[in-house]
Amino acid sequence: MARIFIIGNGISGVTAARHIRKLSNHDITIISSESSHFFARTALMYVYMGHMRFKDIKPYEDGFWKKNRIELLHDSVIGIEFISKSLTLESGLKLHYDQLILATGSIPNKMGWPGQDLQGVSGLYHLQDLEMMEQYSKNCSRAVIVGGGLIGIEMAEMFHSRHIPVTLVVREKEYWYNILPPEEAAMISRHIHEHNIDLKLNCELTEILDNGQGEAAGVVLSNGEQIECNYVGLTVGVKPNIEFLKNTALETDRGILVNEQLETNIADVYAIGDCAQLRHALSGRKPIEAIWYTGRMMGETVAYNICKEPVSYNPGIWFNSAKFLDIEYQVYGFVPSKIQSPFNSFYWEHTDGKKSIRLVFNIETSEILGFNLMGIRFRHEVCETWISKKTGLNDVVQNIRLAFFDPEFYKNYEVSFVESFNQQFNQQIILNKNKTLNHVFKFLTQK
Amino acid sequence: MMNHSNIIRSKSLIRSKFQVILITIGLGILLGIFCLAQFTQLVSFGLLVSLLLGISLIIIYYSKTLYANLPEGIKNNGVWTGTLTGRGVSAWILGVVLTCFYILLYWFPHILGLSTSGNTGIIGFFDPLSQFFKNQPASEWFVYGTLYTLAIILFGIKFIWKYRHNKYQLLRTISVIFFQTAFAFLLPEFMLRLNLPFNDFKNMWPLNYYFFDSWHLEELMHAGNIGWFMLIWGLAMIFLISPILTYLYGKRWYCSWVCGCGGLAETAGDSFRHLSDKSIKAWNLERYLIYSVLLISVIMTVGVLYSYKTGVNTLLGINTYELRKWYGFIIGAAFSGVIGVGFYPLLGSRVWCRFGCPMAAILGIQQKFFSRFRITTNGGQCITCGNCSTYCEMGIDVRAYAQRGQNIVRASCVGCGICAAVCPRGVLRLENGSADISTRTTQLKTIHISEDALRILN
Repeated sequence: MARIFIIGNGISGVTAARHIRKLSNHDITIISSESSHFFARTALMYVYMGHMRFKDIKPYEDGFWKKNRIELLHDSVIGIEFISKSLTLESGLKLHYDQLILATGSIPNKMGWPGQDLQGVSGLYHLQDLEMMEQYSKNCSRAVIVGGGLIGIEMAEMFHSRHIPVTLVVREKEYWYNILPPEEAAMISRHIHEHNIDLKLNCELTEILDNGQGEAAGVVLSNGEQIECNYVGLTVGVKPNIEFLKNTALETDRGILVNEQLETNIADVYAIGDCAQLRHALSGRKPIEAIWYTGRMMGETVAYNICKEPVSYNPGIWFNSAKFLDIEYQVYGFVPSKIQSPFNSFYWEHTDGKKSIRLVFNIETSEILGFNLMGIRFRHEVCETWISKKTGLNDVVQNIRLAFFDPEFYKNYEVSFVESFNQQFNQQIILNKNKTLNHVFKFLTQK
Repeated sequence: MMNHSNIIRSKSLIRSKFQVILITIGLGILLGIFCLAQFTQLVSFGLLVSLLLGISLIIIYYSKTLYANLPEGIKNNGVWTGTLTGRGVSAWILGVVLTCFYILLYWFPHILGLSTSGNTGIIGFFDPLSQFFKNQPASEWFVYGTLYTLAIILFGIKFIWKYRHNKYQLLRTISVIFFQTAFAFLLPEFMLRLNLPFNDFKNMWPLNYYFFDSWHLEELMHAGNIGWFMLIWGLAMIFLISPILTYLYGKRWYCSWVCGCGGLAETAGDSFRHLSDKSIKAWNLERYLIYSVLLISVIMTVGVLYSYKTGVNTLLGINTYELRKWYGFIIGAAFSGVIGVGFYPLLGSRVWCRFGCPMAAILGIQQKFFSRFRITTNGGQCITCGNCSTYCEMGIDVRAYAQRGQNIVRASCVGCGICAAVCPRGVLRLENGSADISTRTTQLKTIHISEDALRILN
């Protein structure tokens, strides 16, 4: 029986702990300085907006940990001795580990702007960020959010939900323009305007102004504009939280370097989740992916590596999802923002301007490569099967109903979808009527 | 200088203040008129109709100000911080008012004005309407039925406004409004007018716990062909129609498309759905309570039938008449009415359905073991946010299943579809399918790398 310590109680660390417990009888301790219990970081915005209470975003009741013999330490690790295998905590405690899992997560990027460390300036990652937002939301005349990515729009929605005027500053010419293809990016920009959020495109932050008491009072933008505000959200991405591991024997780059078994260069030390950087990126994926489900998969993988036999980390075909105010977004497979030869795509948009389907394919082989969906839900397994089987584009279009995952009775937009496809690609595809769950099973189980 | 979003903001603040003032004035006038009715005989059909219309317009206008000017989508901002929806002062006041109303209604209707020598007060107020329907003065149940139906219609409209982007919610709400208005309210009243037995064709035993009572059976059997039809229909509902529909669609066909209790919970109770307790403790309590109620209702019914057949009033030493009386008092009135609805603002909207309804218990067993219904989890898209669990009025921890990539098959699920609606990642879908009927609870659908590894190991 080994003593296993996990630093970080986010989704990666907690998943690792749960799976180690399933597979073994080891002593497990999770150390976190952020919160006493695991909570869903992805749901912090809903606490601020009053959709849920903090206790509602804790996926397990507090008694769960004791029942599963997972010890929780609400403390901060200030030093690691890799040779003697020991941890030093802020409280002075010194602990010996047999195996160590680093799951320290991320910290929001700061690009060296003047005023970036003032009070009333934060990202949205930690529980403490939420507390700061809450504190500065009282009597807030305006919030300025810098960054046109997933967290930026969440923060904008949060302030907007409390009727606090919001300015969203985006460097690109449309929202999330470096990830979304142009039509989808334009759709979201329109939707942001529809919510009366002040969207400033082609614009960057130059400086955050001080009110004289160490608090944010306004921003200066690259176009020279000055905006008064009481809060500045910095949401220009995150980076691995590894500052306290720099200058140790642990090999790091932007993140902690790990092999495909998630082992670091030091024996019995693993790194998972946002803080881990794969030495060799998997095909079609980045070496660091700060994503909920990859954290979960890494947690499972590391548990198998410790308790059973070596398993390589393999997150499979890329997928992701988000929600931009009221528009849901799903992506499966390969969908670049600039689609160029040998790739092409078919894009269909609903007349309401809030729903779209994009199919990315290879021009030469006509095989399907990816799905990009706005305001429409598709079935993960079906899309994944089409992609992994290199299904032809026409075949996918014909059977598109198999992928539908919207609630029952939703409008049948597929007729317009196929008509538009036939017109654009000069085809005579007739929609396959199969769309029930039994049809889906039949499709998924056929070899 | 005010810019665009500042103007929007102040407009919305003015609007919300305006709402509060309007509602206060409206309720004040209503209360005044009701007090007036309490002490005078000043009632007329016109006054009653204009009153009910007034209430309707206020609620519809209120719904409009809440949702009409916002883009389509989920509207849960401030639900937990609001005083009415977040168990604040308003919630307690409303809870006490509703509870008092139920206590008066069930046990002290004379305080509400019920009298054999001519109704007064609130009940007298409804006399003209009752005369219009069936040539009889109003009973406390007529008053209750009218207000109940009105609540489902009006808050149904509010619900439709709120979820207008979601066609499942739209159709479901139109359905509960229809069944309440036509089947539970209008049809039985007209039948009384025609001197036929009171009958709600969509209701069935054991929710309708008097179905097998001797007086009810006698009444049906002495009402000619229509009575016999009602009796056979009632039996068919229990043994044929409901099991088939539950096999095909899950118990949602009844609990959130047809049932009156469910109808009120989904419409008037929608603002309180998140208050349901999600703890494991509550789940344990639920399982003990609901199956106990089912067991007691079965024993009571067997006893009542035995007494009817043999004329003997005791079965195994239990007085069947007393048992029936106490069942009616504790389960039929106190549980389903006082706690079930009176405590909406404190315990959530489906307390009766979840902890007490024996009908829900039976349909739940069918749903769990012989149904094509499940809520499908969409691969690995769950981000564990917890909106699904929070807004589950039945207190099901939907997230616990979704984050494991497991389909949700729970006896208690009424298939309202709100978990799927509030999910920000498109993870959940209510579906029916027979192909995997035996494994629909066990499949893990997440793309688990370690599941592959497990397969290798095995």
